[in-house]
Amino acid sequence: MNLDFSQIVPYIPFMLEGIWVTLKFVFFAIILGAILGTILALFKIGSIKPLRWFADAYTSIFRGTPLILQLMIIYYSIPQLTGYDISPFLSAILAFGLNSSAYISEIIRAGIQAVDKGQMEAAQALGIPYRAMMKDIILPQALKNILPALMNEFITLTKESAIVSTIGYLDLMRRAQVVGSDLFRNFEPLLFVGLIYWCLVMGLTVLGRLFERRLKLSD
Amino acid sequence: MIKVEKLYKKFGNNEVLKDISTEIKKGEVVSIIGPSGSGKSTFLRCLNLLETPTSGSVIVNGQDLSGPKKDIQKIRQQIGMVFQHFHLFPHLTVLENLTYAPMKVKGEKKALAEEKARTLLKRVGLSDKEKAYPSSLSGGQKQRVAIARALAMEPELMLFDEPTSALDPEMVKEVLEVMKDLAKSGMTMAVVTHEMGFAREVADRVIFLDHGVLVEDGQPIEFFNSPKTERARDFLEKVL
Ligand SMILES: Nc1ncnc2c1ncn2[C@@H]1O[C@H](COP(=O)(O)OP(=O)(O)OP(=O)(O)O)[C@@H](O)[C@H]1O
Ligand SMILES: [Mg+2]
Repeated sequence: MNLDFSQIVPYIPFMLEGIWVTLKFVFFAIILGAILGTILALFKIGSIKPLRWFADAYTSIFRGTPLILQLMIIYYSIPQLTGYDISPFLSAILAFGLNSSAYISEIIRAGIQAVDKGQMEAAQALGIPYRAMMKDIILPQALKNILPALMNEFITLTKESAIVSTIGYLDLMRRAQVVGSDLFRNFEPLLFVGLIYWCLVMGLTVLGRLFERRLKLSD
Repeated sequence: MIKVEKLYKKFGNNEVLKDISTEIKKGEVVSIIGPSGSGKSTFLRCLNLLETPTSGSVIVNGQDLSGPKKDIQKIRQQIGMVFQHFHLFPHLTVLENLTYAPMKVKGEKKALAEEKARTLLKRVGLSDKEKAYPSSLSGGQKQRVAIARALAMEPELMLFDEPTSALDPEMVKEVLEVMKDLAKSGMTMAVVTHEMGFAREVADRVIFLDHGVLVEDGQPIEFFNSPKTERARDFLEKVL
């Protein structure tokens, strides 16, 4: 056993900065994912067939291929095809946003469809127009089904964000590798960022639980 | 008020309603009875187009419901519906359940809608519940709120689909009382029910459906005392 954590001490600020770098792109990716996911979900439950097909095909592609592949394709193909030199940051947001929108659209669709069919019939029987029914009757109820699953998706995203290290984005993971090669010791920095990831995920989990409990209380 | 002509409804290959023709006049209370699966709910749901008839027509106040979509929402506003399982909006208070549609659909001012809603809540005996959420109400109270919600749109016709079937026995009466009251006030009503007492006492007419066919259509006294058909006799023997 030869573990020496004292050596990583000078690198700690450098690694901690990675928290911010990771959260920054995860945050933007989530926003992008939520917006696209909502649109896709509306396509899926709507009655316009081509839009439904598009949304289904989109979901199938992004859920059916590895995220790391999607990331690589975006990072390497955009410069090759368009000449635009896309930054790792932007690639990461795009890949994670597009990918999570597929999952989020499924979460939202399922949440809407889990609302009792009787609610829609009651609204129709009262002569309430489709848009108002969706906005005021169906979506507020669907939100209770959606939010917990959405929180889970955010946690997954935070964890999986580590693969952006493969395109050289200086996130938490990448920083551990950098420190590792500086010191010729990999285990300690990896363990250190592992702890940070765990804290982040636990923090989000606790937040999610609090949130869920508040939703339950408002019932 | 509402006229049904040669109404057919199929679900896939399952022919649920076959050649139904009848009429409900203004102020009339019609009970629709029949065995389970005979198509009573489907018939009622065809009257406000929650189900689209396969063929035939439903004419409300001279307007054919198979016309363009826009009219359908207008016509639905004239037809209230009460469901077996209430379907109150759980995230809205009792008062909001009553005021939402009049404000949204008819553009009523909030103050007016609330004033009317309070009058209706008083009428169904639930004035003290206006701030409550549906989940805190008993089944009987929920159904009375549901009736009031439908009435808030000031419909000309009220449809009831087994309004007391999901209730505990001790709550059936309070709902039936409200419905009797409504009938007395001159409301046009179509009521699918297993409450033979209600059909006998309150209804002006009884329609008997069996396997999607309108088998009998007549006065309650005649229907209950001397049913014309074998099928109606069999049914009455089982339920009475
Ligand atoms: N949405 C649907 N899709 C397919 N079949 C349906 C649908 N709704 C009703 N049916 C079928 O139509 C038939 C008549 O159903 P309906 O609900 O109208 O009967 P009912 O007389 O109201 O019965 P109950 O007394 O049990 O409520 C049944 O065989 C039922 O399975
Ligand atoms: Mg039924």
